[in-house]
Amino acid sequence: MSAAARAESTSTGRSEWLQPHRIVLIAIAVALVLSAIFFMRWDWLPNYFDLALLGIWRTIWILVVTCTLGFMLAIPLGLAQAAGPFWLAWPAKAFCTVIRGTPLLLQLWLLYYGLGSLFPQYPWIRQSDLWPILRQAWPYAVVALTLSYAAYEGEVMRGAFAGVPRGQLEAARAFGMSPWKRFRRIWLPQAVSRALPTLAGETVLQLKATPLVATITVIDIYAVASRVRQDTFIVYEPLLLLALIYLIITGILVFAFRKLEARIPARLG
Amino acid sequence: MAAVVAAQRPAPTDGVAAEAIHVENLHKKFGQLHVLKGVSLSARDGEVVAIIGGSGSGKSTLLRCINCLENPTSGIIRVNGEQIRLKPNSLGDSVPADRRQIERIRSRLGMVFQSFNLWSHMTLIENVIEVPVHVLGVKRSDAIVEAEKLLARVGLAEKRDVYPAYLSGGQQQRAAIARALAVQPRVMLFDEPTSALDPELVGEVLKVIGDLAREGRTMVLVTHEMKFAREVATHVIYLWNGVVEEEGPPEQIFGAPKSERLKQFIRSIG
Repeated sequence: MSAAARAESTSTGRSEWLQPHRIVLIAIAVALVLSAIFFMRWDWLPNYFDLALLGIWRTIWILVVTCTLGFMLAIPLGLAQAAGPFWLAWPAKAFCTVIRGTPLLLQLWLLYYGLGSLFPQYPWIRQSDLWPILRQAWPYAVVALTLSYAAYEGEVMRGAFAGVPRGQLEAARAFGMSPWKRFRRIWLPQAVSRALPTLAGETVLQLKATPLVATITVIDIYAVASRVRQDTFIVYEPLLLLALIYLIITGILVFAFRKLEARIPARLG
Repeated sequence: MAAVVAAQRPAPTDGVAAEAIHVENLHKKFGQLHVLKGVSLSARDGEVVAIIGGSGSGKSTLLRCINCLENPTSGIIRVNGEQIRLKPNSLGDSVPADRRQIERIRSRLGMVFQSFNLWSHMTLIENVIEVPVHVLGVKRSDAIVEAEKLLARVGLAEKRDVYPAYLSGGQQQRAAIARALAVQPRVMLFDEPTSALDPELVGEVLKVIGDLAREGRTMVLVTHEMKFAREVATHVIYLWNGVVEEEGPPEQIFGAPKSERLKQFIRSIG
């Protein structure tokens, strides 16, 4: 509906946007929000405001960092599967299959409780400069979420790389481009623009996978909501607010990807 | 020493134009399939060599071997007198031994494909400046000036900021010709440039190629357009089953063919 509304507002002007059915819908939404505000309990909110901000910040940076790192891993993973020799393609394929075939929660726990409890047994690790980082929970969360995103996007990029018409790569070769230049100028840009709509969806899924980090003691926004429930025995209000926060972040993500997609020529082929 | 130098240099000119393309005893096998069985070809500066033949005769493969898009099995290829250094690979083909050499040679061979192969994520002007800027190291602003001239020349000046997908096949192929011209090619290679076009669009592309031929560009042209080949070619090669069945000036090939197969081929094409 919002897409239709947007198309209409751009084509016919803003004044016609407010039509009867929209006014009714808006009124219902406002009534819902107001009733939530007045009939539900929000007195706990000021006490947890700072913690909630910290949680939101943590959720967002975990999302951004793991998606960025994951995508950088996904490019070689996809390329290896689409065009690599078998000794690169098979490990890449195996990695993607294993990661995609097992629950993220399991991977997270294997890393945190498995590796995380293995590390302290080695004195040289405990004495290394990395130990202050390795003894915290967030590195394991970042690694697990990055690997997960990389595996899913590796598969997406495999398809995207394979989908770039051979003839265009051949033309690049015929004009004397080096392999690296062909990749950077022709192959990668087209693969990324092909993958972009899928990436948008996968990034939203990644956002909704981030609450899992709360299970290994990383305080993201989901963990904050749980904390409120445990402290105050208020169940619905924090969860409703949590839902709203995820919705808003999703909206921002979708909007940003749409802007990005709009910069790419509509008809590749 | 003298022999080596002689092999590296163009044949002595003695009043004739220098040899731009020289192919000697070229063989190409795809597995068991022997597609080219010792083909030789020569194009001097200013010549337009048309390669004709039925489907499966190896004419496209021959053209694609000149810039090693297809790796020949054996043979000698010289471009502007420079021999492409080849080395055997595990599949029994010869592959370019020196990547930089083959990339340098390719960058001055303007190739035009049957299916256009414009880069679909770039506008026409970006397509045309891509190789000059990113391969030949021309300054971007200079390349744009040159590209605009070339697009105007193929009648696409007003389409400079349009993506290929929004153009007809004929327009795309003309843009592809502009892209090939932008590298200031010593030789242009045309691989069935009108075969993928709707009949009503063939004329506009042939006109552009014909103009290039008349201004004395060196070309090697694989084509099904016999009338066009007769008009613009200075030399015609008829390929049959991987061998040169007959070759000569167009008047002879089309007017007085000697080989029975060529006669039949010309009759069948009409």
